[in-house]
Amino acid sequence: MPAKLVFDNRPRAVLALNDSLLMIRRSCTHIIRNTDQLLGTFFQPIMFLVLFALVFGGAISKALPQGISYLNFLMAGIIVQTVAFGSTTTATSVANDLQKGIVDRFRSLPMNNLAVLNGHVVSDLLRNGISTLVMLLAGLVIGFRSGASVIDWLLIAGIILLFTLAFSWLSAIVGVMAKSIEGVQWLMFVLVFPLTFASTAFVPSEGMNPILKVFAVNQPITQVIEAVRALMLGRPIGNYGWLAAAWSVGILVVAVPLASWLFRRRTSN
Amino acid sequence: MVTDGKFVIEVKNLTKSYGKNEVLKGIDLQVERGTMLALLGPNGAGKTTTVRILSTLLNFDGGTVLVEGHDVRAEADEVRRVIGLTGQSAAVDELLTGRENLVMMGQLYRLTADSSKARAQELLEEFDLVDAAERPVKTYSGGMRRRLDLAVSLIATPPVIFLDEPTTGLDPRSRLAMWDIINNLLAAGTTILLTTQQLEEADQLADRIVVIDGGKVIAEGTPTALKSKVGKDRLELTFLDGDSFGRAISALGQDVIDSDAKDFSATLGIQETNSDVKRALDTLAQAGIAVQAMAVHKPTLDDVFLSLTGRPKPTEATEGQLIASQARI
Repeated sequence: MPAKLVFDNRPRAVLALNDSLLMIRRSCTHIIRNTDQLLGTFFQPIMFLVLFALVFGGAISKALPQGISYLNFLMAGIIVQTVAFGSTTTATSVANDLQKGIVDRFRSLPMNNLAVLNGHVVSDLLRNGISTLVMLLAGLVIGFRSGASVIDWLLIAGIILLFTLAFSWLSAIVGVMAKSIEGVQWLMFVLVFPLTFASTAFVPSEGMNPILKVFAVNQPITQVIEAVRALMLGRPIGNYGWLAAAWSVGILVVAVPLASWLFRRRTSN
Repeated sequence: MVTDGKFVIEVKNLTKSYGKNEVLKGIDLQVERGTMLALLGPNGAGKTTTVRILSTLLNFDGGTVLVEGHDVRAEADEVRRVIGLTGQSAAVDELLTGRENLVMMGQLYRLTADSSKARAQELLEEFDLVDAAERPVKTYSGGMRRRLDLAVSLIATPPVIFLDEPTTGLDPRSRLAMWDIINNLLAAGTTILLTTQQLEEADQLADRIVVIDGGKVIAEGTPTALKSKVGKDRLELTFLDGDSFGRAISALGQDVIDSDAKDFSATLGIQETNSDVKRALDTLAQAGIAVQAMAVHKPTLDDVFLSLTGRPKPTEATEGQLIASQARI
């Protein structure tokens, strides 16, 4: 005889929040169990950092302002590049859930269905946070130094987290719309690669093609990189701080409702 | 939460189209409390579409759908609290363990964490998954996945279960194990809607069968009633030569429903396999006639279609069965 079941009678809003917590725990368990992805979280950032610093360092440092080493310049760029690519995991995870039919299971339960998206986005945030810490540690080992204060570091963390969140929600849109996992990976690469390379992540904008430069200095990733870079190097932040925040918030305001709407539409037809 | 109505599932004139493609053309269904209704039909008949609508996953165009008295559109959350769904693809999380899947789904069903854990343990024992409980689902065999999938839909012991082709792709042993589990559910008073392409499965499990084809109900009734429409089981006998064939035909008399003098073969209609086959063989033995080969044929979905619609099952369905039988190998 089955044991007596005890149902959770807390208010609806609390239960909806609990659904998201359960989905976050699920997605975080995926991070640990998915060994390939784990390698990406730890080793890819280190590989990028070390290769860029050692390969381009000598050549590019000549184009940098006096007294700034390429490693110190690169750090902000490589972190933002890594989290931008890292946020594409949300697209893959969402598409994967939709393909495997587990979303149907969730939808047949009396739960808040958008918790599925929340789970992937938040776990992505966590994974990217770990990647960022790994890169900072690796950077310190090979000679990265920063004079930033604790408050500067908190601002840096805030800017990066907000940006990652925004990009993960963008990524969720791609995941919901995708027809196949391979399609998602290709599409995200095509979207993110130009954005991160046509930016000031690896080189100053001065030497770029003039038309590309107009794009590079005005696009969101550059604002985020320059804000983080200014805080790390102790240089004046100018407009970059609020521009970075405005872009991220702007993306969130559009992407969260859009992803949710598309998710509901995709799953009910 | 639970109504006293006689019918747990009531579907009236359900229609659904994808663009110009009419998938459901006015389906009517009623399932009484504690009974199983089997929705029998080939691929593309509208079985899965119907189940997806009944389990709140899919919107529909016209008609009414009530589950435990709740409208699936207006009161989707109330419906979700009383149903369990096991779809064609095992909808469990591959990277979580069996136990983690059960506990998580239980909590999403609004069970408390403790209650969910206790119930998960019960189901792991009941479904013979205790040894595999702490392993990620991606290491499970097909049969284990299906069992876990069904266990997950039972985590909050919902009074209504939808089973969408629960044995498609399973080997015969796993299929029998699944039938046992389903019969236990029925014995415990659960109301079940099952879809299947196999007449045998519907016959074994269901109280009533509804045959659908091309989005319409083409027949309905108890398995016995339906089978009597379709035809009896058949015993096919083949004899050595024209002499024994001729003597057998006269010895067996009226039981012979078809014969072929070229192949020396005769077909007998039978009701009770054991006694009728024995009687036929005894008759032949007394007359001293040797049988070269014999086989018992049960009516299949093809026979149902042939007798109900006068045409063979759609070719798409034949392909579906082919794929299913290959998957079993």
